[in-house]
Amino acid sequence: MNADLAIDVRGLVKRFGAKTVVDDFSIQVARGEIYGFLGPNGSGKTTTIRMLCGLLTPDAGEGTCLGLDIRTQSAAIKRQVGYMTQKFSFWEDLSIAENLDFVARMYGMPDRRRRVAEALDRLGLTNRRSQLAGDLSGGWKQRVALAACILHDPKLLLLDEPTAGVDPKARREFWDEIHDLAHAGLTVLVSTHYMDEAERCHRIAYIAYGKLMTRGTVEEVIAGSRLRTWAISGPDVGRVADDLEGKPGVEMVAVFGARLHVSGTDEAAVRAALEPWTRTPGVQVSVVEPTLEDVFIHLMNQSTDNFR
Amino acid sequence: MLTGTRFSPRRFVAVMVKEFIQMRRDRLTFAMMVAIPIMQLILFGFAINSDPKRLPAAVLAADEGPFARTLVAAMANSGYFAMTRAVRSEAELDELLSEGRVQFAVTIPAGFGRDLQRGTRPVLLVEADATDPAATSNALGALNQIARNALDRDLSGPLATLRATPDPVELRVHRRYNPEGITQYNVVPGLMGTILTMTMVMMTSLAVTRERERGTMENLLAMPVRPFEVMLGKILPYIGVGYVQVVIIVAAARLLFGVPVVGSLTLLSVVMILFIAANLAVGFTFSTVAKNQLQAMQMSFFFFLPSMLLSGFMFPFRGMPEWAQAIGEVLPLTHFLRIVRGILLKGNGLSDILGELGPLTAFLVVVTVIALKRYRQTLD
Repeated sequence: MNADLAIDVRGLVKRFGAKTVVDDFSIQVARGEIYGFLGPNGSGKTTTIRMLCGLLTPDAGEGTCLGLDIRTQSAAIKRQVGYMTQKFSFWEDLSIAENLDFVARMYGMPDRRRRVAEALDRLGLTNRRSQLAGDLSGGWKQRVALAACILHDPKLLLLDEPTAGVDPKARREFWDEIHDLAHAGLTVLVSTHYMDEAERCHRIAYIAYGKLMTRGTVEEVIAGSRLRTWAISGPDVGRVADDLEGKPGVEMVAVFGARLHVSGTDEAAVRAALEPWTRTPGVQVSVVEPTLEDVFIHLMNQSTDNFR
Repeated sequence: MLTGTRFSPRRFVAVMVKEFIQMRRDRLTFAMMVAIPIMQLILFGFAINSDPKRLPAAVLAADEGPFARTLVAAMANSGYFAMTRAVRSEAELDELLSEGRVQFAVTIPAGFGRDLQRGTRPVLLVEADATDPAATSNALGALNQIARNALDRDLSGPLATLRATPDPVELRVHRRYNPEGITQYNVVPGLMGTILTMTMVMMTSLAVTRERERGTMENLLAMPVRPFEVMLGKILPYIGVGYVQVVIIVAAARLLFGVPVVGSLTLLSVVMILFIAANLAVGFTFSTVAKNQLQAMQMSFFFFLPSMLLSGFMFPFRGMPEWAQAIGEVLPLTHFLRIVRGILLKGNGLSDILGELGPLTAFLVVVTVIALKRYRQTLD
């Protein structure tokens, strides 16, 4: 067991009936790290997070969370972990202050009133402390949920798509706060669909249909994909896209307004397909660095969907 | 736009088809839709009988001569009375009646046969537990005729003259605990149990199911809290609610319906905890099974229906066939009805109701164990 690892699990398997939702999953997260967890919907991200905090019992596999066995010491893990669910799961018919107070009591925190007051103050919600949580907007709900999750000073924060349905400014602020927390020593495992958020993680893992596809820093993941990308711009990229779609070697064609991204792992084949267009007047073709999104869509296309 | 506003059979059918699909998906609701009518048919069709027969009676016979024996035999033969006990003292007779072990107490005085032969019309005392007037009225109504017919045969030959009116025996009937046979005396205290059953089971089953439906259960489970702490914390506030209901019902019983309160309200409020807790445990168990609040409601109803019909609240308990009585004996409401009627109308003390507290406690323990086993600390 490595003391520097906040999460160290190997071979996790979870089945619901005949479906294997998480299949032989291993992950190591260092302390103080922000670890991004990416993958398409239904890929087993939520299930994995739930297994890490003891809400689900794995069918196979073993490991530790904060040095505690995830199978036998889930009660002790719960004390040191903050878990923010995908859907707002605090009590909508309780006020903000009442929700925080309840959480503080659950963790048996000494100095409860002061801690709740401080949390409200930090949120800037002292004036609205008696407003019902259910009346808050999406962004505020998310902030209240985060405040409640870190109220008991957890060592590990598990965030399940925390920013879904939140506006960009609130998202930016949320991530600033996550970085502040990580800087103070908190380990964060966060699942997300947003590429800009993935790029703000120290390391990322990509999981598809229960299997880990790739992991590492953003640069490592991009380099590891061996994907080559070309950008094409011109007056009618839609026509270019129609032409390239399905050509041998062309694995991905994506239109971004007046720009087109064409990617593939077989460089020679893609070059051959692009060849006629390089000679077309008004069309510029250039090699670019693939984005994280290119890599992920590539990975998603490669993986077989075991739900089909 | 006219087509959009006119009634469209296609759209109507689309809604209907969707409704059927959803109905089929919700297995429990579908099962309930079938199970509840079947249960009602069985309960109303087979279990309920408003003309109860074979009611247990105790006999205190100071005279065991042929006339007394004839009379007792005739009562048994009528089908209304089951002579289950022969006792030696009035105190014993009183106790049996007070604890509700017998419905009737028959006293045959000393010298019954002698007085009968002399024509001095001896007194046959029949005391009835009239807390539920419906249970005793038919049997008491038949009593006069039974006594007259029975003695007709024995009073033959030289004694035939005694057959003439007035009757050879003076039948004295005491309707104990509810001398005027007022139905409200029986129904209003009983309502206390019925209302508590309905609200307690429903409120707890909804309270926990709501957590699951709204997704807050996941949050609760992620926190370091034990199942027993959740259960106790969720149940206790409703015990308070239960007591408020009880206060309202007792006040209404006294002020509105003039129901006598003979026994100790303190005793009632103490033993009531057991009954309320039993119902809450049932509700909690339901909430561990139900997937949504609708299912929780349906399950509560599924429990409430037999409770109301088989407990002796609506129909005399002793009028039911044995299998229905056996089910009734399991239900907490059955025992609570006996306790509340015993305390309010008969003035029962703790020793009189001990027999009912046992099954109630057993029910509570069993259901609590089931609830705690079913309540999962994980989401699997």
